[in-house]
Amino acid sequence: MSTTARFNRPARLLHWTMAVMILAMLLIGVAMVTSVAHYHALVALHRPLGLGIFVLALLRLANRWHHPPPELPSDLPAWQRRAAHASHLLLYGLMLGLPLVGWAMLSAAGYPIGLGGAVVLPPILPRDPSLYAWLRSLHTLLAYALFGVILAHLGAALMHGLIRRDGVFSSMAARPIPYRSR
Amino acid sequence: MSLLNDLTGAGPDLRPRAVLLRLGAIGALVTGTAGAFAYAGGWLSPGVLTQARIVDRFEAVNGSHPGFRRNHAKGLCLAGRFESSGRGARVSRASLFAPDRATPVTGRIALAGGQPYAADAATTVRSLALRFQLPDGEEWRTGNNDIPVFPVRTPEAFYAQLLAAKPDPATGKPDPEALKAFLAAHPESAKAAAQIKARAITSGFADDTFRSLNAFQFVTADGTRTPVRWAFIPEQTATAQSPAQAAATDKNYLFDAFADTVRQAPVRWHLVVTLGDAGDPTADATRPWPAERPSLDVGTVIIAETQAEADGNCRDVNFDPLVLPAGIMASDDPLLSARSAAYSVSFTRRAGEPKGPSAVHDTPVSGAGL
Repeated sequence: MSTTARFNRPARLLHWTMAVMILAMLLIGVAMVTSVAHYHALVALHRPLGLGIFVLALLRLANRWHHPPPELPSDLPAWQRRAAHASHLLLYGLMLGLPLVGWAMLSAAGYPIGLGGAVVLPPILPRDPSLYAWLRSLHTLLAYALFGVILAHLGAALMHGLIRRDGVFSSMAARPIPYRSR
Repeated sequence: MSLLNDLTGAGPDLRPRAVLLRLGAIGALVTGTAGAFAYAGGWLSPGVLTQARIVDRFEAVNGSHPGFRRNHAKGLCLAGRFESSGRGARVSRASLFAPDRATPVTGRIALAGGQPYAADAATTVRSLALRFQLPDGEEWRTGNNDIPVFPVRTPEAFYAQLLAAKPDPATGKPDPEALKAFLAAHPESAKAAAQIKARAITSGFADDTFRSLNAFQFVTADGTRTPVRWAFIPEQTATAQSPAQAAATDKNYLFDAFADTVRQAPVRWHLVVTLGDAGDPTADATRPWPAERPSLDVGTVIIAETQAEADGNCRDVNFDPLVLPAGIMASDDPLLSARSAAYSVSFTRRAGEPKGPSAVHDTPVSGAGL
């Protein structure tokens, strides 16, 4: 058994906090657009949560810049290495892009973007209904994409943790867990 | 080392049986997560009423009118201001109720129904939607109707009523049997329908009273909540429709008369807020509140201008009744979330569609000093 380089503490804390927030966000989002009875309550959660995810994603990028993540195991097949990099790029792009598209879309719709109480975000686009309609569809499409990438991420993480047992899962786990040395 | 271990990258110390078991667990977790998503999105409960179904039914009943609102499709844009009396500040911290405060207002008068080119008719329900623009980006949007109570209590009843009241293509009137069956199943709607039918119908928009119908809550700075309903009560004395009006050949006679009235002088409505008691029905818009409830005249809406629907004006505003400033909150009325949801779907659909001209045009009069 051995231990290897892990993500630093802030990175792990941000990862697991955001994992809960993003999963909740996706479930709230998909329920919000069909629900009649809970629409209003879910929208009221969706907006501040989206802004929170955006801010935390920026923090996370900054932390990652200063503290690069541990290397992937050297025996990982090249296609898996490429898939890991591509999926992480997609995850960051979507964590930042979805809240921005949401904000832009509500701006184009001319809605006041209330976050609770009297706090209202300023618009980042001029009012334009057809642009709104386009961004609204894009928001849905990107949300499905994010959910798909998260499923792949979850599956891959569990493969590392339960099957390969190569330290990749352990590098992001809340506590160090022993794994098989190779 | 087995082929399975080779393929999955599992070490030699993991038996193939253990690899399979663990693969199964991973598959179950990923599938379970996808299942939770499908459940939240309503794919596992196909019979449940959704916001899209409500708007689909409007389209099924009224036909396709791209670019127009799915309900209250025929309308005219308004602009003016709200002058606070200061009396509302006691019950709500919303800044528009502060003493001596004037708040810019835009809005829309409209006729209920999803037919954007229907001829004006006296008995069609009229509506007044307003958008108050408060400082710092806050807004209050409100849609109000000229009926004493709302015809249904729940979104599900609303959905059923839409179909029951659908005009039969052969007769142009709803199937009386379908309506009878609906009212028998919804006694609260039968009572409400009687009150709506008995209402006094005024000569036009300018002398009409428009009500919130749904209950809301006013909230003070220290958090005290008061259940409220409100009405926009005209300053102009209400008169009944004249025989000349009834014989009007102008398909837009109600809208044209309102535009003419505004051209002569601004039209004013007092915003009168009824303060409910703890036991008053806030979750049932079919029931009126006791007549002895106190009310507050919190200010005056002054409409100084009308404008045909066009790019960028009221046509492109969603008068979502739950766009509220701090100081006004939703009540437990189930219709509020449903209205907010259905308006949002209607807005999204029409936002992406090509726009046709409104039936209500401006009729410019030379020398009109607006």
